[in-house]
Amino acid sequence: MSATASVDWSLAVHRTLKDAGVKIVGYVPDGGHKRLIELCHADAGMQTVVMTTEEEGIGLISGAWLGGEKSALLMQSSGVGNIINCLGMVAECRFPLVMLITMRGEYGEFNPWQVPMGQATQSVLEDMGVVVQRADAPEAIESAVNAALRLAYNSYCAVAVLIGQRVIGIKSFQEQVNQ
Amino acid sequence: MSATMKRRDVVKTLLAERGDLLVVTGLGSATWDAAAAGDHVLTFPMWGAMGNAAMVGLGLALARPERRVLVLTGDGEMLMGIGSLATIAVQKPANLAIVVIDNEHFGETGMQKTHTAHGMDMAAVAKGCGIADSHVVRSAAELPALVKATRTARGPYFAQVKVVAEKLALTLPPRDGGLLKARFRRALLGESADTQ
Ligand SMILES: Cc1ncc(C[n+]2csc(CCOP(=O)(O)OP(=O)(O)O)c2C)c(N)n1
Repeated sequence: MSATASVDWSLAVHRTLKDAGVKIVGYVPDGGHKRLIELCHADAGMQTVVMTTEEEGIGLISGAWLGGEKSALLMQSSGVGNIINCLGMVAECRFPLVMLITMRGEYGEFNPWQVPMGQATQSVLEDMGVVVQRADAPEAIESAVNAALRLAYNSYCAVAVLIGQRVIGIKSFQEQVNQ
Repeated sequence: MSATMKRRDVVKTLLAERGDLLVVTGLGSATWDAAAAGDHVLTFPMWGAMGNAAMVGLGLALARPERRVLVLTGDGEMLMGIGSLATIAVQKPANLAIVVIDNEHFGETGMQKTHTAHGMDMAAVAKGCGIADSHVVRSAAELPALVKATRTARGPYFAQVKVVAEKLALTLPPRDGGLLKARFRRALLGESADTQ
């Protein structure tokens, strides 16, 4: 575990989602979201939806908002590549969207296959009209998520919080393999 | 076995006496079929996001468990989001029905054959994903049971309805996504939806 993980941001983010009235959480897992996913699953007041591809999440949040419920999506930066076309629906319909995205392919990445999408994540999102907020320290995540929820649900925006790879911690190749 | 049913008749039958049914239609002919049956504020006709219709239906069904939700889409559109059947099976929404109007072609883009024309059994895929109540519907005699299932079956419910591949005159619902969203929410949730 990296030294910076001493701030329990997952717990704080779960509480923030709950306080904002988020009832539906969709995810394709990433190691960085492990604890948050577990907290959401353990919460009887949240419907936690495991998906086969991140693209499904865009339909999920759109339908949820048509039905009057707030939601959030958890994914790895590579998942952003899977949602691009469907972000067109979010823009055209102005569906509120909150995505918490754990970054790969940046700070100290060991897997070169992660780098192209990781490096393109922010600009791809911005090209599709998503407001991007970065959180590069554990203590910055809760407030970034809180601000994202407000921006999305008060101002009908699509918002992504990019949680830096620096926060998740750099793993050696062997640690990754064993994970 | 060649199909005998006409898609417009099937969709018209499915949407007649719809009561308070919530409807999502997938990009392609399903959206035009529903418009031909009559534009409705509680229909969300998709003009894009191909592959996402079933998931919009799931989100809606989870948000409003007390209401019935019907997704109407084409075989090509369903194929692009075929994994959503597995996701829906995990969630087991009792109020969700998915009806694929299967003409075995990508009708919108020049009538190229889809995978179902080559023997893919989509109802078997849905069943394999864990949607036990999955069916292939081939004859008009089965339509009353199909309508009933979309209104009352303990979901998730899935049907693949075989129809004739035909190119029909376009009947278009409104296109403005913001309007389609706002009118749906207002009709479903009341005027308070405007200030949610
Ligand atoms: C991502 C994406 N790929 C391709 C298209 C082009 N396209 C529009 S409709 C359609 C086919 C729809 O086929 P199907 O669902 O079988 O509809 P139908 O035959 O009933 O019209 C395709 C490929 C698109 N709109 N979006």
